[in-house]
Amino acid sequence: MLTIGLTHYLVVAAVLFTLGIAGIILNRKNIIVILMSVELILLAVNLNFVAFSQSLADLTGQVFALFVLTVAAAEAAIGLAILVAFYRNRGTIAVEDINSLKG
Amino acid sequence: MQAVFFYLFATIMIASAGVVIFARNPVHSVLFLILAFCNGAGLFLLAGAEFLAMILIVVYVGAVAVLFLFVVMMLDVDFAELKQGFAKYLPVGVGVGVVVLAELGFVALGWSSAPSAADAAANPIIPQMSNTAALGQILYTKYVIFFQASALVLLTAMIGAIVLTLHHKPNIKRQKIAEQNARTRENVIEIKKVPFRTGV
Repeated sequence: MLTIGLTHYLVVAAVLFTLGIAGIILNRKNIIVILMSVELILLAVNLNFVAFSQSLADLTGQVFALFVLTVAAAEAAIGLAILVAFYRNRGTIAVEDINSLKG
Repeated sequence: MQAVFFYLFATIMIASAGVVIFARNPVHSVLFLILAFCNGAGLFLLAGAEFLAMILIVVYVGAVAVLFLFVVMMLDVDFAELKQGFAKYLPVGVGVGVVVLAELGFVALGWSSAPSAADAAANPIIPQMSNTAALGQILYTKYVIFFQASALVLLTAMIGAIVLTLHHKPNIKRQKIAEQNARTRENVIEIKKVPFRTGV
């Protein structure tokens, strides 16, 4: 219990990942909270990468976590830009109103 | 000591992640997201990834979370209305959460790695080298293509965000620098001969 191993990190990351998934389902209407849940999921993934990197004494995991961070930042910027553009055009950000492409 | 801090960071991170999901006000969600990121950075530090911990603070807390905060405060949305389906989705959300947690729990607690896995490390951590120096050493040599590609991803994101959100309103007078620079004496000044006692 007092020595922190890989399994501790994996359990914490699993709980965080589950909270992210549950957040997407619970906040189906609020796209901002959905984007935040995606950030939580990516943080959990990064935690796994770093934990394995430490456990196997291999830097590759940290390099990959760095790239995941990059993509997450790009995703947040683009997602929020689309959100702002959509709000400017339609005056709402409710997810069920976003159905212009539905036949 | 390490265990104490691990449990501290992990508990605060998971608790604040829960608040992110369940908070009524999205501003509180963003603030607790920042708290979760800070504690995640603490966990990274404990795992020996100092550079990533600092990047997490700088990029996530300093840029991404503040971007979220800007958007939440800028959009004038009735968030109480967006919260209405929460009770309806609660059983589904909890059900999916339990299933995912069970699956991940089986994986996290029941896995085993091959004994030769540690020897197969592509970039072994050198204890004499600091984390940042070691990361830079392989990032700028072995993974330079991926590094450039991630830079391109960021460039695309930047241009895309600007193109999506920048819009020029009509009927606004703007300074046209090229036009100003192209002015010459010949096409700007006109000398008129005014006849005596008649005016222009």
